[in-house]
Amino acid sequence: MNFEFSDDQKQLRDQARRFLAEKCPPKAVRAVLEGSAGYDKALWSGLAEMGFLGVAIPEEFGGTGAGHLELCVIAEEMGRALAPVPFSSTVYLAAEALMLAGSDAQKQKWLPKIASGDAIGTLALFEGPGNPSPQAIKVAAANGVLNGVKKPVADGAIADFAIVAARNGSGGRETDIALYLVDLKAGGVEAKTLTNLDPSRNQAELTFKDCKAEPLGATNEGWSILSRVLDRAAVLMAFEQVGGADRALEMGRDYALDRIAFGRQIGSFQAIKHILADMYVAATLARSNCYYGAWALSTNAGELPEAAATARISATQAFQHCSKQNIQVHGGMGFTWEFDCHLYYRRSNALALSLGSLSYWEDQLIERMRKKNAA
Amino acid sequence: MNFDDTPEEAAFRAKAREWVQANAPKEYEAELSQASLGRITLKKGDMVEVGKAWQKKKFDAGWACLSWPKEYGGRGATPIEKVIWQQEEGVYGKLTQPFQIGEGMCGPTVMAFGSEEDKRRRLPKLASGEEIWCQLFSEPSAGSDVAGLRTRAERDGDGWIINGQKIWTSGAHYSNYGLLFARTDPDAPKHKGLTMFFLDMKSPGVEVRPIKQASGMQEFNEVYFTDVRIPDSQRLGNVGDGWNVSLTTLMNERMSIGSRLATGFPEIFAFCSDFVTEHGAALDDRAVRAKLADWAVKSSGLKYTAYRSLSALSRGERPGPENSIGKLVAGTMVQDIATFAMDLQGAAGALTGAADAEVGGRFQTMWIGAPGTRIAGGTDEILRNIIAERVLGLPGDIRVDKNVPFNKIPTKGR
Repeated sequence: MNFEFSDDQKQLRDQARRFLAEKCPPKAVRAVLEGSAGYDKALWSGLAEMGFLGVAIPEEFGGTGAGHLELCVIAEEMGRALAPVPFSSTVYLAAEALMLAGSDAQKQKWLPKIASGDAIGTLALFEGPGNPSPQAIKVAAANGVLNGVKKPVADGAIADFAIVAARNGSGGRETDIALYLVDLKAGGVEAKTLTNLDPSRNQAELTFKDCKAEPLGATNEGWSILSRVLDRAAVLMAFEQVGGADRALEMGRDYALDRIAFGRQIGSFQAIKHILADMYVAATLARSNCYYGAWALSTNAGELPEAAATARISATQAFQHCSKQNIQVHGGMGFTWEFDCHLYYRRSNALALSLGSLSYWEDQLIERMRKKNAA
Repeated sequence: MNFDDTPEEAAFRAKAREWVQANAPKEYEAELSQASLGRITLKKGDMVEVGKAWQKKKFDAGWACLSWPKEYGGRGATPIEKVIWQQEEGVYGKLTQPFQIGEGMCGPTVMAFGSEEDKRRRLPKLASGEEIWCQLFSEPSAGSDVAGLRTRAERDGDGWIINGQKIWTSGAHYSNYGLLFARTDPDAPKHKGLTMFFLDMKSPGVEVRPIKQASGMQEFNEVYFTDVRIPDSQRLGNVGDGWNVSLTTLMNERMSIGSRLATGFPEIFAFCSDFVTEHGAALDDRAVRAKLADWAVKSSGLKYTAYRSLSALSRGERPGPENSIGKLVAGTMVQDIATFAMDLQGAAGALTGAADAEVGGRFQTMWIGAPGTRIAGGTDEILRNIIAERVLGLPGDIRVDKNVPFNKIPTKGR
């Protein structure tokens, strides 16, 4: 049994943690939250220089080719630091979709640019309220052009290219959905930033008007490719969420040690201890489930769909729980703009609602377990 | 990252599997597989007698108390080998129930603090199942606050005279020996006036009475001591140092990893897969799915948390604190699952008769026993304190009784 990251991977984690502590303090997160840049450009270039953007991209496409376990390690650190950069959109979604279904030319064109920090990518999936479903996709593809509106699209206003889920046939069947690769700088698409609860990350509306697009993968396999991309991204996002959960727990613990009320450290009250113990329980369960997801992702195991849903649900619960209770432990100060607690609370919500929300993954998990049992 | 055994572990597993295959009492396999939570009763055979026979067989072949040194009846196995053995022993491990307190808590305490003579005389008999041990810690006024115990041990020449009462003692009625935690100095602050002993449960003045629990079952006992005499040679550790000795006992309890923690999840998933409500198949209901998913990830989280600890053992390292969440998560989960399974059944969920209750009344049994699980072996609240203080490093509670002589601590109504 070796259900643990290797020493090299742990070293990578330490390296990423040190780098982010220096380049991505809470001040940097606030600069994006309160500004209009949409992301931290200097941090993004720094991440590229460190090789973190291409850690799972093969060397022949400009990455370091280290692998997905290494990417999990980095994702966790990005979550801890609340890195205000389009990492998940570009690396978990766009790069994974390209590696899964892209032609050699598409990979050659975009993967090296992702690794070098020269291209931001994203996935344009949602069209208003609702979770992933082929019926909900109305953006139409015909004669090599797209028409319709996608929103919200994470990092849509800062992205250079997008993988767009569009309806290729007339119905809403899975086989009617195709994925298209769109160069967002080539015209035919208009991006508008949308206000949202976590402005440290960009959310946008993309309007396609006779926008030129090339298929990514076979046009009748879009939904199945998308499902696989979402599973892979779910594991990586779960690590990001666990990183955030752990940091929120630490913040609560540190405050409980520091704050004196009624003549004693508030951490000596059982009411506070029990809140923090329950945060630890949630974070620990999520971490262990994430390891299961990491194993499945890195070995392409048949268990990946179940493992991904498990990790995703558990990590969503943990980050939401820990960020919420961290504010409670802090009391009034936790609800000020000045303290960092709300940054974690906002991010936990943003990550929970992306890629399909908690109820979607709960439904997916039970459906997948049922299929496995029936088989 | 992988779930594979090392070559040494694989060889050990093969040996264990082969031996279990050849020697296990297969006639009890089906019954043991279906046994639910709590103390097991067998239809065709007495649990303690069947357990003793299995324990003796294991002992003779070197498969008992694996992590103990050979000279005391063990195998000198590594912690990971012990876990592999438990996995291979499988359902037959349930037969070891009467010996678990002896192996996990009493034995290690005797090993750490007993005389060489006692170790050689008592431990191999414990390992072989010939002698069963129980743990005499909890009292009516000392549950979570075990250091508040009042059972007195008073010097009498070369021995001690014991008077008092213990409660919640598993297996006292069939035990040969007991690990006894008693107060030797009521004038000292409460943690400092305690001493540990072991005693022969057949000593004159020991009276064991079963407790009828809220569930209607009788799994525990009260034990009364009236002028029971113990020779001083059966003292474990120094006089007044019992608290430290007890920490050794309890630490051994918490070190048991990969133990068979029941969550109820496989049962509720199977139930919902078959059960049809007035709206159709239970598993098609989004509300049912949401609950099942929540329990699925908790159950999976516990499993992989144990795997992380096993990985540390496999590398010869001490596991981290992550396993401390186990009983806290599983206890509540069992209770919630049982409640939900009955809710799906409506008014009929309250029925327990063999002909009326769904899946043999399994959820009803779980439900009525669940409150005990959340209390025994550390209440949910004590477990949260342990996580907060020992894992997260929060300060201990401020104690008003810490430096007060024990006999000056206020008690009920005063």
